Amino acid sequence: MYEFEFEKPSTVAEAVAALADEDAQALGGGQTLIPTLKQRLAMPSKLVSLTGIPQLKEISDNDGVLTIGGAVTHAAVAEAAAGSYPALADLAGHIGDPAVRNRGTIGGSLANNDPAACYPAAALGSGATIVTNRREITADEYFQGLFETALEEGEIITAVRFPVPEKASYQKFLQPASRFALVGVFVAKYAAGVRVAVTGASEEGVFRWAEAEAALDADFAPGALDGLSVDAAGMIGDLHGTKEYRAHLAGVMAKRAVAAAR
Amino acid sequence: MPKDNGIGASPKRREDVRFLTGAGNYTDDINVNGQAHVHFLRADVAHATINSIDTSAAEAMPGVVKIFTGADFAEVGGIPCGWGVTDRHGNPQQEPRHPIIAHDTIRHVGEIVAAVVADTVEQARDAAEAIELDLTDKPVVVDMAAALAEDSAKVHEDLSSNLCYDWVFGNDDDDAVQAAFDSAAHVTTLELVNNRLVANPMEPRVAIGEYSRGTDEYTLHTTSQNPHVIRLLMCAFVLGLPEHKVRVVAPDVGGGFGSKIFHYAEEAFCTHAAKACGRPVKWTSTRSEAFISDAHGRDHVTKIELALDSNNNFTALRTNTMANMGAYLSTFATSVPSYLHGTLMAGNYKTPIVQVNVKTVFTNTVPVDAYRGAGRPEATYQLERVIDKAARELGVDPIALRRQNFITEFPYETPVALTYDTGDYVATMDKLEEIADVAGFAARRAESEKKGKLRGLGVNCYIEACGIAPSNIVGMLGARAGLYDAATVRVNATGSISVMVGAHAHGQGHETTFPQVVADMIGIDESMVDIVHGDTGRVPFGMGTYGSRSIAVCGSAMVRATEKIIAKAKKIAAHLMEASDADIELKDGQFTVAGTDKSVAWGDVCLTAYVPHNYPLEELEPGLEETAFYDPANFTYPAGAYACEVEVDPDTGKVTIERFSAADDFGNIINPMIVDGQVHGGLGQGIGQALLENAAYDEDGQLLSASYMDYAMPRADDVPFYQVDHSCQTPCTHNPLGVKGCGEAGAIGSPPAVVNAVIDALKSGGKNVTHIDMPLSPARVWAAMNG
Repeated sequence: MYEFEFEKPSTVAEAVAALADEDAQALGGGQTLIPTLKQRLAMPSKLVSLTGIPQLKEISDNDGVLTIGGAVTHAAVAEAAAGSYPALADLAGHIGDPAVRNRGTIGGSLANNDPAACYPAAALGSGATIVTNRREITADEYFQGLFETALEEGEIITAVRFPVPEKASYQKFLQPASRFALVGVFVAKYAAGVRVAVTGASEEGVFRWAEAEAALDADFAPGALDGLSVDAAGMIGDLHGTKEYRAHLAGVMAKRAVAAAR
Repeated sequence: MPKDNGIGASPKRREDVRFLTGAGNYTDDINVNGQAHVHFLRADVAHATINSIDTSAAEAMPGVVKIFTGADFAEVGGIPCGWGVTDRHGNPQQEPRHPIIAHDTIRHVGEIVAAVVADTVEQARDAAEAIELDLTDKPVVVDMAAALAEDSAKVHEDLSSNLCYDWVFGNDDDDAVQAAFDSAAHVTTLELVNNRLVANPMEPRVAIGEYSRGTDEYTLHTTSQNPHVIRLLMCAFVLGLPEHKVRVVAPDVGGGFGSKIFHYAEEAFCTHAAKACGRPVKWTSTRSEAFISDAHGRDHVTKIELALDSNNNFTALRTNTMANMGAYLSTFATSVPSYLHGTLMAGNYKTPIVQVNVKTVFTNTVPVDAYRGAGRPEATYQLERVIDKAARELGVDPIALRRQNFITEFPYETPVALTYDTGDYVATMDKLEEIADVAGFAARRAESEKKGKLRGLGVNCYIEACGIAPSNIVGMLGARAGLYDAATVRVNATGSISVMVGAHAHGQGHETTFPQVVADMIGIDESMVDIVHGDTGRVPFGMGTYGSRSIAVCGSAMVRATEKIIAKAKKIAAHLMEASDADIELKDGQFTVAGTDKSVAWGDVCLTAYVPHNYPLEELEPGLEETAFYDPANFTYPAGAYACEVEVDPDTGKVTIERFSAADDFGNIINPMIVDGQVHGGLGQGIGQALLENAAYDEDGQLLSASYMDYAMPRADDVPFYQVDHSCQTPCTHNPLGVKGCGEAGAIGSPPAVVNAVIDALKSGGKNVTHIDMPLSPARVWAAMNG
């Protein structure tokens, strides 16, 4: 990797100040950024670690809303959400391997917005709110395409607020090599309606499957999805699966999520 | 009652203590005073003319010691190929120059274009980024069929085409073979791909070159399976150095699987650069570099045809294979698709006519060479797949069809030049049916169907030619080396023993098994025996470890040397006991005079050899050290039968392996636990090939699966608990231990069982899919089901 400066502030304000430098880069758990640096594919002047900020490590559960600090690791979410939001805990507990889960953070994952990452499906499928040092962003506004989000320069995810659904499930079909989601579907049933978010599949990144949501609003059962399919045209086609295969898997995983929802 | 010592016992692997507690000594653990580091600038395009390389800016960068380009190696030899194959017309293989650093032309992504030696790796990398290359892209050749077309661009302009050789083996009378097919009652034809693999040992390659100005001696530490072979190739063919001035050390090596047999450019570079720079030069491969610089494996495209008579007897077999060589010939590249593949095409069956046709092809890809099994998996896969397809076409039981055609009398001369000395394929199949509970399959299938899964059973046999190899035979076939091995048994004055062996251990457990043999022969505790390996400065000679040869060839040399030791020790004991050495018996470490109560202990005899006060000095030299070279009389022929049971998820195409059973005949066995482990590891690699692994290139010659993000390695949860049995033992008839070797069997025998099982599962679900090319990824299986 190229040389860089390193700062580990203890408050959000200090972090924001440190990130004001040109080419400074926020560092969460580093599970994507550090390998990128090792490959010399990025050249930040400074890394600003967010994992030393106590505020970003808080988890709270109030009035049906689970709030998770931006620097909370996947392992910590898996443990903390097990009772209140088991589908989210299950998702967090199956990201990568134990080493990844004990370093990687929810804020880092959402800020990176890898099209095959799991957390974007949970956030979009839950209608979560992304809280930053400047504002609150709804998940529907936040995700803007492959590796693209609504975050602006110097903006830090301080927390993510998940409304807890009546029932939910995340079903992931593994890409055989990376074990990221080849296709992952998050289904959550709220009083206001069902949300279905699909990750891994689309060239535009995570997306809501409106047709499936409407069908499940009418009848929250796997059979309600019979005959529905995602359009293969916008799907990713690569070594691990064609566009058609990913479109097909979206349907299979959605049904399995409905069947498994609790 | 299992033994607890000696041959047939299962002591735990003594080397694991250091490996598992961080006390191993791998090449990257070694740091030499004053060492500099090299970073190789590697080609990121597959085919280009190098117009110019400007290193001036890079040379001025901090820490840079020296920068090398192809011009610096213009006077040095190329990397040699160790096997010359003669084609069907009697012509030699086309053999391009294989430079240390690319001269004039880049021929694959990953080829070395320049080498930067600097004080630190990061400085070397910084400087490499400042090197300016002026390249002109050339047309890229990736697909083998396209490469053989008349109008194809050439990988090597100085060769007549991209064809390395066009080889025929077995029955070369085309008309006679065709007549056998014309008169057949049934012919089954199958076209298939044996997917390209990357070996991916845990430890990437490392090389450290050192040069002593005072003594004009070189030392190369390297991650090699055969340090003597590396020394020979590098000294004699590349750098032109006298062997006695060069020591090659391969200390603990973290896996090879074939990929560390070969002599690589980086080894010659570090040795040469150490003198040129006046400093030791170290290189440690990154995993990313390993994907584009370690020799790849497999990569065959085959059409196989099997002819049967009206009684379902095999009457003829014909294959046509294209085998990828990559851009250059790696050390044993040309032997793999020819003599390590064609000779195995008879398999376990008495097919009277076998014709093997192989075209080897140059492409703008990483060189391809031996990978665990090396040619034999490719042979087994196509043969056992076409037999399975034939059984399905004929509506007969695949196991019964195999049994009907088994070779049952030994020795057996195959139509493809081998003589199987011994075997019992009926016994291994019987054992397989028992441990795989074939009888209970229908019930298990019904259970799977209740869960909505398709269950399939796939069975296959395999045979391999191991214990490589009789030197005179391989010499006639084009090998440019002998394939004996050597061992020196050095008995110390107090009776402990060091055995210097030419075999190299990089996961096989030699440090445990080899002492078991020597200790057993003398009747002493294994803890009194250690082996020394991996160092040309300490081991007399050796041809290294590959082809499941270590115990069969080097182990035999060790037995011969130990026999010499025992014969001499008996003479000493006879002198001490004032008896005739013909009357001396050795048992449990005690020499006795037959029919008397006289005895003398092993340790006393050893001490006498080194303190020869009461010693027959006029007849016998003092000391107790013997060397033996052993050249095998024949190959060894491990064989067996494997069964795989899979479940296929019809919604996703995902295959899970529910059971895997292996019944192997390895002849006699030194350490059953280690044999189990060797089979387990081989099965994991075979399952990896069958379901997961795929080195895929795009049409520009870029490796698409160049990291673990896209190259799928098998993990613990991809493989089942195995049922492994090696109780069927027909000992090898021509080596002293009666051993056959077990290192590659699992990787050779398992891919067809997996694919046969998936095809069987799909058939049970009403899907008439006759073949899917490996890896049987969920996407490929789903596409086949819905195609």
